[in-house]
Amino acid sequence: MKVLVPVKRVIDYNVKVRVKSDQSGVDLANVKMSMNPFDEISVEEAVRMKEAGSVEEIVVVSIGPQQAQETIRTALAMGADRGILVKTDDAVEPLGVAKILAKIVEEEAPGLVILGKQAIDDDCNQTGQMLAALLGWPQGTFASEVKAGDGALQVTREVDGGLQTLALDGPAIVTTDLRLNEPRYASLPNIMKAKKKPIDMKSPEDYGADIAPRLTVVKVTEPPVREAGEKVEDVTTLVEKLKTAGAV
Amino acid sequence: MAVLVIAEHDNATLSDATAKTLTAALAFGGDVDILVAGQGADDVAAQAATLSGVRKVLHADGAAYDKQLAEAMEALIVPMMDQYDALFAAASTMGKNVAPRIAARLDVMQLSDIIGLEGQDTFVRPIYAGNAIVTVKSSDAKKVVTVRGTAFEATAAGGNAAVETISAPEGPFKAAFVSEDVVESDRPELTAAKTVVSGGRALGSEAEFQRIVVPLADKLGAAIGASRAAVDAGYAPNDYQVGQTGKIVAPELYIAIGISGAIQHLAGMKDSKIIVAINKDEEAPIFQVADYGLVADLFNAVPELTDAL
Repeated sequence: MKVLVPVKRVIDYNVKVRVKSDQSGVDLANVKMSMNPFDEISVEEAVRMKEAGSVEEIVVVSIGPQQAQETIRTALAMGADRGILVKTDDAVEPLGVAKILAKIVEEEAPGLVILGKQAIDDDCNQTGQMLAALLGWPQGTFASEVKAGDGALQVTREVDGGLQTLALDGPAIVTTDLRLNEPRYASLPNIMKAKKKPIDMKSPEDYGADIAPRLTVVKVTEPPVREAGEKVEDVTTLVEKLKTAGAV
Repeated sequence: MAVLVIAEHDNATLSDATAKTLTAALAFGGDVDILVAGQGADDVAAQAATLSGVRKVLHADGAAYDKQLAEAMEALIVPMMDQYDALFAAASTMGKNVAPRIAARLDVMQLSDIIGLEGQDTFVRPIYAGNAIVTVKSSDAKKVVTVRGTAFEATAAGGNAAVETISAPEGPFKAAFVSEDVVESDRPELTAAKTVVSGGRALGSEAEFQRIVVPLADKLGAAIGASRAAVDAGYAPNDYQVGQTGKIVAPELYIAIGISGAIQHLAGMKDSKIIVAINKDEEAPIFQVADYGLVADLFNAVPELTDAL
């Protein structure tokens, strides 16, 4: 089986996000960028499936600026086989991303697409589900366990209230949650090897998908700041304060 | 103008999340209908009919809707959207799972996890784990929206809408329910609880989490939460996780025990009315949002607090 793994280049999760003073967006100049953490989990899962023998080839795709090539290289160093960069300097919304991915799925015919459940920049949590709908495929979102067997894929999902296991028939979409696995660090030899792995350069026009944005940003603002309260001396004082506030 | 709201339920009880989503839908405007898709969920439909401001309740019944899987919900809802200008669902794991499929089929860009709306095309939502708030304007003819429950009050009962049974596609669908591991509990649901007691990594083990956090929660009739670090370490199950990638809560009282206060966690609880933090590290970021901070060894302080209440 071939697996397709889309990856997104986002602001590193350790970076403190700053809103621009003109409210046009978030300051991304000279900020460390990395692979979306949920996408690292997707790559890791695909590599583990390959190591277990249920996957033959892992194709990584990124839609973004030229620098997204580095994100693809990271995935190749983790163990993916080849990459596709759909190069664009415009922001593409999840619906547009799903449309491009649907075209790539037609060309590549993977048996499984593994995506992160959400990107930590726009926090949309949409692309995997949208791709599943466009392809008419079943989906296992927010996965904490994936079992590939004969035929149906078994996916255990993190849902409100606990865990739910589904059987997915045929080619399927999986989106990853935090506890699916712990992504590996690429070793130096694998980083060197990844430099020789092929990356196809494409543009959105190559796929003929309508990716015109549907949303326009009116403004981006800082969240309201919560003021720190007071430190209390001991438990007795804490209980008094809570009783006075009517909280207990 | 008409809006369809997807009811959140377990075939027996309508979740409070539906009443909150309804509030957002009513603010959007127009006639609001509630869709109850389930199996044997007649009681849920009856409960939905009592919510104020509802035009009618549409009840779809069938085995395929028992767990409201996304593939069946898409087949049911997409044709219904001919009659509606907008679809509203809770930003729960159900809503997040189902709504984008419908948005893609309608060729519209979904508005995820909204915390406000202005008119019928402008929506406010958090991005970057709540570190920025974006206001966006949608040019799509129909709107598909998921709603963050903590940002909207629940609509009260007081209505008496008609319940109309509708037919629903029976499949087969390409996803099948196999099993679930749902914790049965007498505790209030985490996202709806008035009081939440949460534990962090400083508890050190699952046994200590049980010994320290649970009795305090029992005493207060509280729901139990946990930081991502505590869940990752296996001290608490995944559905306890409070934070941007877990559950978003805003109770009257939130007690954080041994939680340092990573941004990720703060994004999930900073709208709580009163925050209490107990942590031995006085520099912990949790104290920057706490109304009452107690710098103390949690293994002494929490049992003392439990006894004192």
